[in-house]
Amino acid sequence: MIAYIMCFILFLVGLYGVITRRNLIKIAVSLSIMEISTFLFFALIGYIDGGVAPIVDPANPVQTYVDPLPQALVLTAIVIGLATTAMLMAIIIRLYRKYGTFDIREIKNLRG
Amino acid sequence: MNPLLPLFVITPLAAAFLIMVIGRFVSEFNKYFTSLVLLFLTCLSFYFLFITGENQFVYKVGGWESVNKIPIGIYIVMDGFTAIIVCIINLIGFLSAFYSISYIKRYTSENYFYALFCLMIAGMNGVVISGDLFNIFVFLEISVISSYALVAFGVEKDELEASFKYQVLGGLASFLILIAIGLIYWKSKTLNIADIKAAFTSGYDKRYYIFVQILILSGFGLKAAIMPFHAWLPDAHSSAPSPISAMLSGVLIKAVGIYVIIRLFFNMFVISESMSVLITTLGTLSMVVGVFLAIGQWDIKRLLAYHSISQMGYVVLSVGIGMILISRGARPEVAALAIMGGIFHLINHAAFKGLLFLNAGAIEYSIGTRDLKEMGGLAKSMPATSATSFVASMSISGIPPFNGFFSKLVIIIAAVMGRFYLLAALAVLVSIITLASFLKFQRYAFYNKTDGDSIRNKVKEVPFPMIFSMVVLSVICLALSLLIVPGIREAVLTPAIDILTDPSKYSSTIIGQ
Repeated sequence: MIAYIMCFILFLVGLYGVITRRNLIKIAVSLSIMEISTFLFFALIGYIDGGVAPIVDPANPVQTYVDPLPQALVLTAIVIGLATTAMLMAIIIRLYRKYGTFDIREIKNLRG
Repeated sequence: MNPLLPLFVITPLAAAFLIMVIGRFVSEFNKYFTSLVLLFLTCLSFYFLFITGENQFVYKVGGWESVNKIPIGIYIVMDGFTAIIVCIINLIGFLSAFYSISYIKRYTSENYFYALFCLMIAGMNGVVISGDLFNIFVFLEISVISSYALVAFGVEKDELEASFKYQVLGGLASFLILIAIGLIYWKSKTLNIADIKAAFTSGYDKRYYIFVQILILSGFGLKAAIMPFHAWLPDAHSSAPSPISAMLSGVLIKAVGIYVIIRLFFNMFVISESMSVLITTLGTLSMVVGVFLAIGQWDIKRLLAYHSISQMGYVVLSVGIGMILISRGARPEVAALAIMGGIFHLINHAAFKGLLFLNAGAIEYSIGTRDLKEMGGLAKSMPATSATSFVASMSISGIPPFNGFFSKLVIIIAAVMGRFYLLAALAVLVSIITLASFLKFQRYAFYNKTDGDSIRNKVKEVPFPMIFSMVVLSVICLALSLLIVPGIREAVLTPAIDILTDPSKYSSTIIGQ
């Protein structure tokens, strides 16, 4: 149970960062923290106490296996997260070249 | 098993790859190839619209058959509702791609534009035909990541800022969706939508269930820009190149937002009254607030973007009314009517909002500004744009012979018959304000004579591909009114309504196959 609570706290840390930080890079890092907490949650779902890797051993067929599906999902989600982060960083670099600052308070052309 | 189903995802993915490889050596290859691919997909989707009817086609990826009636492979599902959305995606996609042939010349690196365009289509088609929760997430990310890049395609200050906002909020939405998927998998031990329905029907913890529903609603609500989650939409939709704005506003917010909300709340969750009241409230809120925010705008594309929020409010509102009536178990015919109004308005909105954004793009292409105050007197120099935008404006504000009138009428009749008199009155009021706002657009853009009359005479009409797309869409705007005619309505809309209103039909047929 404690692991789930830690995972939730990590998510909230990320959310707090996204809301309060003024620096574009720090917002991107906070988003990554949220992302990682979600992945941890998935890994926890699949974990079973005393389980082994889900490869059937013919000599000893009846064993407790951990659930392999969430692991597959996490691998997919990590690749997607990489693409998202790369895209966000590319935009941040372009923003820095245009505005010469990472401060979000000075980037406010769009209003209304 | 229908072997044609995966083509909806494979063809645009392969096209994106080929454009990057061959387009490097053969100039002009990218634009014609994209249009050709999307024309093929449009034909394929209309073929499915005709043959689907009441059937459900299931394609099991990799040929994994179900074991003891428990689905284990990834399922691709085509039913009446899916067929309609797939038709919208590919038709608007084809017309936008054709329009881009002339429009996108003002940008560099056209190859990237067309490759990202194809990826976005692949992602949206994937979201819509997927019968599996995690695949919905994967395809959703494919389509939104390419739309982040497309919003920033102009790489100027505004575009980059809008794209950054869109990405932060879109990222947040993705994590909410991912957590909801995790929670659902934790309890039901399956990811297949039909199977989850079966697992949830047999018994569940009510508070847990509501938590998951709220997460799903806020995640996909962010993608669909329903009212409290709308902040990114006006920036992103107005900064993107115009054909992309037409795709984002006309298709993307429906395919990855509204469609998934409707599909999951009707076919995966058991409809509860508290959630349906919440959905109806959010719909009403976005309908009313969206139109009031739109009225003060002078940038055409921002004005249209705010109207998208308002018109999506109509769809969510009427679907919500249907949900409330279904959850009460009373008067199923009124519930079916409300849902029909919602789906009908969704189709219509794709046509007229796509057309309006293409018109805005044509105006920007010719005179180089989006500010309504600097326009005027364009009716003479741009007759085709003027005429088509008149059709679209009348459609969106609900003037009789055009499609918007009929769908709004159905929604209002359903609200009155369901005894939601306040909602019906609000729907009428919002429609009137919409009309006022579009009369302003028409007057300032096309009729108002300004001092610079001599400059205006030099303005030329846009090239043929742009005119072609706009004229086809305005014909579609008129033709969609025919969906209300009894014979056609039964063939197109009724299968979609049946699959949504019957709580067990979707899951039982898929698990049975």
